[in-house]
Amino acid sequence: MHIPDGFISAPVAVGGVVVAAGAVACAVKVTNRGLGEKQVPLMGVLAAFIFAAQMLNFPVAGGTSGHFMGAALAAILLGPWAGLLIMTCVLLVQCLVFQDGGLLALGANVFNMGIVGCFLGYYIYQGVTLLMGNKRVVVLVAGGIAGWAAIVVAALFCALELGISGTVPLHVVLPAMGGVHALIGIGEGLITAAVLALVLATRPDLMRLGSQRA
Amino acid sequence: MKFQWWHGALIAGFILALLSPLASSSPDGLERVAEDKGFIGAAREFWYELIPDYTMPGIGNEALATIISGVFGTAILFGIGYGIAKALKAKSET
Repeated sequence: MHIPDGFISAPVAVGGVVVAAGAVACAVKVTNRGLGEKQVPLMGVLAAFIFAAQMLNFPVAGGTSGHFMGAALAAILLGPWAGLLIMTCVLLVQCLVFQDGGLLALGANVFNMGIVGCFLGYYIYQGVTLLMGNKRVVVLVAGGIAGWAAIVVAALFCALELGISGTVPLHVVLPAMGGVHALIGIGEGLITAAVLALVLATRPDLMRLGSQRA
Repeated sequence: MKFQWWHGALIAGFILALLSPLASSSPDGLERVAEDKGFIGAAREFWYELIPDYTMPGIGNEALATIISGVFGTAILFGIGYGIAKALKAKSET
């Protein structure tokens, strides 16, 4: 759901840039204090993996495709602030090098897929594992739900920005974006859970929570 | 250099990039909605092009051009992610 230039109005785009810039500055400050030895390569591989996975559009119903977003996965593994930094790097490179997502719309894209995706995904995962415990199956289900919700709510914010911009009536675009991404979100949830399963099987110590509460 | 867990993870990322020509070329969620609801025409082109459509320019074979652009992007993102984390970690230690 990379918004191209022209889809959102100048005020919405500027608002997105301001909020995104503030959040990224905050992310740099917060991440600054909490990065350990293992997190350095993890940030690199997650940025690389999310970029590569985002290229792999999978078909969903009716001649439509979707692709992995990765915000929930990054936030679950590294926390929402470091996750936001990773998503910002991915979106920045996609915009500047691959012309995917508009330059003026970059702030809005970072807002939707970075801020909304990472924080929502992170807190849903935290909430579910807090309530249900830290068993393997709970972690996978929580990751799946977090992935699904992160992309659906990011899509709803994208719809809201299009509506506020006057590009398309809100009552038209909101259900349309929500509906398509409810389907794409199934893929997002499955991929998120699958990667978490792989991490649990090979390097369970990389799970933030898993290591802290085991 | 000993084989580390993240070498495996990085290789997995590159394998995904190699699979990129298999991706569905159907419009994605937002593009589909924009087409259906009639605002796809509002999209403005970029004022420059480096690697548009994840296809490395100047390569005749489209699948190969996609793979090269994917491997290139995966490599730069590893570098940027690793570099930023390294820089932030160095700052947090001082």
